[in-house]
Amino acid sequence: MTANEAPPAIVSTTGLSRTFTTKAGPVEAVRGIDLTVRRGEILGFLGPNGAGKTTTLRMLTTLLAPTGGTATVAGCDLLADPTGVRQKIGYVAQSGGVDPHIPVREELVTQGRLYRLTKPQAVARAEELAHDLELTPFLDRNCSALSGGQRRRLDLAMGLTHRPEVLFLDEPTTGLDPAGRSDLWTLIRRLRETYGTTVVLTTHYLDEADALSDRLVVIDRGRVVADDTPHALKVRHAGSPDASLQDTFLAITGRAAPAPKDNTPVAV
Amino acid sequence: MSAVLTDTSLVLGRYLRQTMRSKFQIYFGVLMPLLYLLFFGPLLTDLPLSPKGDSWQVLVPGLLLQLGLFGASFAGFALILDKGTGVVERMRVTPVSRLALLLGRVLRDAVLFVFQAILLVLAALLMGLRAPLAGVLIGFAFVAVLTVALASLSYLLAMKVSTPQGFGPVVNAVSMPAILLSGLMLPMALAPTWLDVLSHFMPFRYLVDAVRSAYVGEYANTTMLYGVLVAVAFTGLAVYAGTREFRRAGA
Repeated sequence: MTANEAPPAIVSTTGLSRTFTTKAGPVEAVRGIDLTVRRGEILGFLGPNGAGKTTTLRMLTTLLAPTGGTATVAGCDLLADPTGVRQKIGYVAQSGGVDPHIPVREELVTQGRLYRLTKPQAVARAEELAHDLELTPFLDRNCSALSGGQRRRLDLAMGLTHRPEVLFLDEPTTGLDPAGRSDLWTLIRRLRETYGTTVVLTTHYLDEADALSDRLVVIDRGRVVADDTPHALKVRHAGSPDASLQDTFLAITGRAAPAPKDNTPVAV
Repeated sequence: MSAVLTDTSLVLGRYLRQTMRSKFQIYFGVLMPLLYLLFFGPLLTDLPLSPKGDSWQVLVPGLLLQLGLFGASFAGFALILDKGTGVVERMRVTPVSRLALLLGRVLRDAVLFVFQAILLVLAALLMGLRAPLAGVLIGFAFVAVLTVALASLSYLLAMKVSTPQGFGPVVNAVSMPAILLSGLMLPMALAPTWLDVLSHFMPFRYLVDAVRSAYVGEYANTTMLYGVLVAVAFTGLAVYAGTREFRRAGA
């Protein structure tokens, strides 16, 4: 694909950085990331623990102010117009974001209202999302009554309430069983196919990065150390398109792939 | 501006519904001041606490503000739980006004504590309190304003700490001297000079004095003026600082 044919950029960053001040001195969590995400792309952030994946995601979603650099997200300047960014993106954190003691329907409707839908629109949207994500039978149960996979689908529904142009997912399948993970992968692919949603996700799972992402950005020590399709990365760094992503990862970072944080319960 | 109002009522509605689900939360907070009323109040009835009004008109205003002071100081605990479930971040990613994220919560607290204050005053009436209606209503207004101020600061602290263990001791360390130095139980007029002077540096003292003044039917004096000024200034600062924390992308 030549640059002319490439879809327009929906996220672009220049020198995006974040330094934390700690008692032990400044910690440079993210050191100048230059990144372009094209519309309709599924982009995976891969990297060892503490590499700066989540910090980058939290900056792009307006949760954390960068200490350096600039970014444009969905046509809005991250620093000058965070509210504009918020209106156009969805974000699903690792911990989700629903109150276990509140009924599913109520959380979905309130979320719609927070995104400035009218009451009738929010009610209809809650029904629609529940239908799409197979949550209809649970609408009137408390969020705590859902299984891990159902809970994750609810988290996704919350992030999709306002039909965002870009969806940011922080380790979307951590803690799910294999069936739950493959369900979620199908949902994420379908999102892109049906609505053209751009998806940016972080993951600890190499198979997930391999199966889901059109392009991988490997982050190590706060810097982008590789940025290409999984296929190209394998050829370039591990010498063969059939190489495992594990070997590729090792070749790029000089370290073994991060151990997946298994058995982390998602439901409380 | 209208977006702030709509957003605030949305956030307020969410937390009011949450409170309504927990009858325990609604009634438990009134227990401590009620015990003071029952087992401490009768000890004061024959003491010359104030040149104006009887002991109930001195004690009940103190208990009302104690209710607000104590309850609102610990409001942040609920925010720490919300941080744990990811609710706070999920709401901060929506375009909802940052002021509304704070105001919705603190107004819920104000509604809750004013309701508890009403229960307390009803119980006090049975115990023998007699005070003018206008004074009682002014008392409720001070409870609401104090709650808004202290709950804002409590949420500010809760945004900064990560565990309940880091939150509780700080709140206790601040609220205990505040309760003692503001003369909630007994008026500071009884204190030796050094303590009386010291207590003038405690903003809540001016609120307590103002409510006591209202309970004896005196609304247009310097005590009331100082009470209102301190309450408004303190609340303004607290809401400003709290909103800034919700806006500031926290680490």
